[in-house]
Amino acid sequence: MFWDWNYVWEITPTLLRASVVTIQATLLGFLLAAVLGLVLAILRMSKTGWISVTAAGFVEFIRSTPVLIQIFFIFFVFPEFGIVLPAMAAGVIALGLHYGSYCSEVYRAGLENVPKGQWEASTALNLSPYITFRDIIIPQAIPPVVPALGNYLVALFKETPLLSAIAVLELMQTAKILGSQSFRYVEPITLVGGFFLVMSLVAAAFIRQLEAYLNRTLRNPGGAR
Amino acid sequence: MTTPMVKFDNVTKSYGALTVLDSLDLEIAPNEKVAIIGPSGSGKTTVLRMLMTLERINDGVIYVDGEPLTHMQKNGSLVPADERYLRRVRGNIGMVFQHFNLFPHMSAMKNCMEAPIHVLGLSKKEATERAAELLDMVGLGDKKDQYPSQLSGGQQQRVAIARALAMRPKVMLFDEVTSALDPELVGEVLNVIRRLGTEHNLTMLMVTHQMGFAKEFADRVCFFYGGKIAEQGKPDKIFSNPEEERTRQFLSAVLEAG
Repeated sequence: MFWDWNYVWEITPTLLRASVVTIQATLLGFLLAAVLGLVLAILRMSKTGWISVTAAGFVEFIRSTPVLIQIFFIFFVFPEFGIVLPAMAAGVIALGLHYGSYCSEVYRAGLENVPKGQWEASTALNLSPYITFRDIIIPQAIPPVVPALGNYLVALFKETPLLSAIAVLELMQTAKILGSQSFRYVEPITLVGGFFLVMSLVAAAFIRQLEAYLNRTLRNPGGAR
Repeated sequence: MTTPMVKFDNVTKSYGALTVLDSLDLEIAPNEKVAIIGPSGSGKTTVLRMLMTLERINDGVIYVDGEPLTHMQKNGSLVPADERYLRRVRGNIGMVFQHFNLFPHMSAMKNCMEAPIHVLGLSKKEATERAAELLDMVGLGDKKDQYPSQLSGGQQQRVAIARALAMRPKVMLFDEVTSALDPELVGEVLNVIRRLGTEHNLTMLMVTHQMGFAKEFADRVCFFYGGKIAEQGKPDKIFSNPEEERTRQFLSAVLEAG
């Protein structure tokens, strides 16, 4: 029999438990990426040369090397320098760093799109750089880039199976184990694929809602123009 | 003579090879209203932008209320001001921009409260009261909770004036504040400026193309040409009997168009 429903019901609870790990890795990784990306984007705007050059160099370096190598590096090479991390933490950090670099480019586009007049008005009102970013620039820079950030959230989610390479018990790793125990790969791999499809669609819908909400409350609260 | 409120001492500003302001000397007395006129590219807006510290100067020193603005004392000599020093002295100056530059994600009220709370350290209650008072003064007491996108250009510019005043500056800068407005909205903004002039102790510098307003409102008119003050004097003198040929040409061109 090509497809065994009984086997499907048998493995579903195990896969659902593993999906929690996948979702955790996604959310933690993206949280790190979202924060780190913003920090990198702001550092790149620094007027102090070495700060912006270092930030730009870091972003280029991370973006130009495969995320799988970064995962391996953090998990297998960092211990050589005394930094021993659990597999899950190493994976989350690697995904966060990698997507943080991509997110920083998105943020940068958003920040650069805020009109110069907003910066000048902030200077004229003598606002500190911190308040200028927090209250004036970021609330205007982020809503337009939420769709692009959302794409990276979905992309990061779909890359979490890479964590199976360092034996994080997320969905893919669990599916592989189930397959090797029963010699049936069709059901677990198909279920995992289906799960990613459904969750990606849900995430995309959520991002559209979030974008609409941010546009209403942050960017253009008055409505029409 | 009393200490001038604003003093440009031999100030030069250039972008690469292009000199925008050439060894400018200009003194403005406390409470004086000065209109700056001149053809585009004559450096008139740059004067305001340097005074607001939006542009660094290349040479010379600007003083505000007797204190250096662009420079600070260090070991007995004047060195270019750092960001910390600028944050201390910049508060003497307020600016209203051609394109309003209101914060679009904040209501009129919030626009006027942001800096008083975070820069002057006012409580929310004090900032609210002050903002409400100023919005009343500019005739927008009933639009407090509107967002910039819900206001006309003239109303937005009046909010911008209230926002600048909320910081209690000694010097107010107006950079072509009616140039982006539809003609029927110019009057309401000029009326607010007129009231400011009579009811508040403010030194005012305005770059303007409203010659009628400059003539009636200003104590002194400076005609800029090629990065220098080509001619200055009482409005009556400049507008009815200019000495310089360039001033005459400029005025006749502007008056013909307007």
